[in-house]
Amino acid sequence: MTFFFEVLIGGLLSGVLYALVALGFVLIFKASGVFNFAQGAMVFFAALTFVGFTEVLPGWTGLAEGGRAVFWLAFLLALGSMIVLGIATEKVVLRPLVNQPAITLFMATIGLTFLVEGIAQGIWGTSVRGLDLGIQDEPIMWVLDRADMIVSKFDVFAAAVALVLFIVLALLFQYTRVGRALRAVADDHQAALSVGIPLKHIWAIVWGVAGFVALVAGLIWGARNGVQFALTFTALKALPVLILGGFTSVPGAILGGLIIGASEKLAEVYVGPFVGGGIESWFPYILALLFLLVRPEGLFGEKHIDRV
Amino acid sequence: MPAPGTLQTLSRHDRGGGTETTGEDSAMNTATHTEAAQATPYLSINNVEVIYDHVILVLKGVSLQVPKGGIVALLGANGAGKSTTLKSISNLLRAERGDVTKGSIEFKGTRIDQLTPNDLVRRGVIQVMEGRHCFAHLTIEENLLTGAYTRKISRTELKDSLEKVYHYFPRLKERRSSQAGYTSGGEQQMCAIGRALMAKPEMILLDEPSMGLAPQIVEEIFEIVKDLNAKEQVSFLLAEQNTMVALRYSDFGYILENGRIVMEGHAKDLATNEDVKEFYLGLSGEGRKSFRDVKHYRRRKRWLS
Repeated sequence: MTFFFEVLIGGLLSGVLYALVALGFVLIFKASGVFNFAQGAMVFFAALTFVGFTEVLPGWTGLAEGGRAVFWLAFLLALGSMIVLGIATEKVVLRPLVNQPAITLFMATIGLTFLVEGIAQGIWGTSVRGLDLGIQDEPIMWVLDRADMIVSKFDVFAAAVALVLFIVLALLFQYTRVGRALRAVADDHQAALSVGIPLKHIWAIVWGVAGFVALVAGLIWGARNGVQFALTFTALKALPVLILGGFTSVPGAILGGLIIGASEKLAEVYVGPFVGGGIESWFPYILALLFLLVRPEGLFGEKHIDRV
Repeated sequence: MPAPGTLQTLSRHDRGGGTETTGEDSAMNTATHTEAAQATPYLSINNVEVIYDHVILVLKGVSLQVPKGGIVALLGANGAGKSTTLKSISNLLRAERGDVTKGSIEFKGTRIDQLTPNDLVRRGVIQVMEGRHCFAHLTIEENLLTGAYTRKISRTELKDSLEKVYHYFPRLKERRSSQAGYTSGGEQQMCAIGRALMAKPEMILLDEPSMGLAPQIVEEIFEIVKDLNAKEQVSFLLAEQNTMVALRYSDFGYILENGRIVMEGHAKDLATNEDVKEFYLGLSGEGRKSFRDVKHYRRRKRWLS
């Protein structure tokens, strides 16, 4: 039983990280109706930019390498780059395509994926880099002693960061003037325009926030698996999460992430041996597929409100 | 603008001076409306032409005026261009690939046709769109609050505005915490008007408020519009298909057909005009007529062309 819980907790914690990536998709999809295929590339771009800055900053400024100052400076610079990238995307790619069919916008973001990947690697190079957030991936001794379970310190830290981010975003959406405007735009572009909400500002804000989320996801994923091209594939892991949780719901993204994370680890451990293992990499997609048949809008996806 | 107390039928082949019904009753209401309008041109649209998608000509030179504090009705059938006229004022056209290609639109003496909807709301002109367009997943109260987006005001002022809207629409107060998508059509229409009020507008462009509503609710909403006009000094430009109700509550009216204004006059004159009665109100002098008996097209032809 201890082992079951150990797997479950491990799964839930990694699920939070899936949710983090899925959140970036949800934000943009909700506000502008664009499925931003480039979100994975943005995660990669963010992590690479951050690592790149931590490498060059000591040389530029004379700050101590690996120090706290370099970390935060690099973080701010990377954040700035992400916001600029987000706003530029909105301005250059999406604004000229306003009122075009959704598929056109989707195709545009596929193109954007390659562009962002290329730019990132063009500037910072293609080598795999390590990223150290100062938290080791080791079991928490306290839990190991008391409950005889291995729970990674890093995973708990990552989950805590993600949770804080979720809560802040949820409060922002629910209670601020801009948050309300964001939800209004998500509901009805035309009506939002008619009451004087400037769509362009709102979209710029959303892309900026999505950039910020991509940065946080990039840092955590990068610290876990190394900053490398494979980070772009985190986007693919977010897909089943989105299908499960619904494309338009922030709580849905979180719950979807948790379910996917937990179920894939449990399936790997308990079902894997019977089919030769390696279930983890495809199980989420099967789950998503089954889910599509039952509840296409996802767990918390916005139901189309129809009055009869 | 027409001389007081007369109707103008505007058409290119205006044989015999059109269809004046300068009846005794209409001479009575030599309303100050027109003079007032000329004295202070408040909202004026001059010879506006609108083209959608670079090819579809929808408005073919529309001119109209709304005086300060007036309720002006814009009447016409489906596809006549009522909504397009309103959207050309509120600048929502561009989001639908439409463009004002000729003419000018002025509000309080300054041109507004190149502004963004956001600028325009700040200046006090707001549109309530056809079909309500409430934010379905937001609560009624949140819907109202979005209306105040353009105003930089304190929390207490916001609360006051909200209370004011609830004062005019007590029903919204009851439903304040339910999602707008689940409220009734009448409540949604009230929500849409209330949301516009939150922007503290001087002028509301009201597009088809009666759409899909029961007659009783329509009356209720128009009563509130009249009330707002009187107490809050909000001017209204009202696009309606429901000619009867619209003329009852407005003081001046324009009739739009095929992208042109074909007739304009005081609401009371229009309501008693034979052609309006026949084409829009379904009445005529001799009571019910068989379609066979009327040479419908002849009378109609004078208007169109």
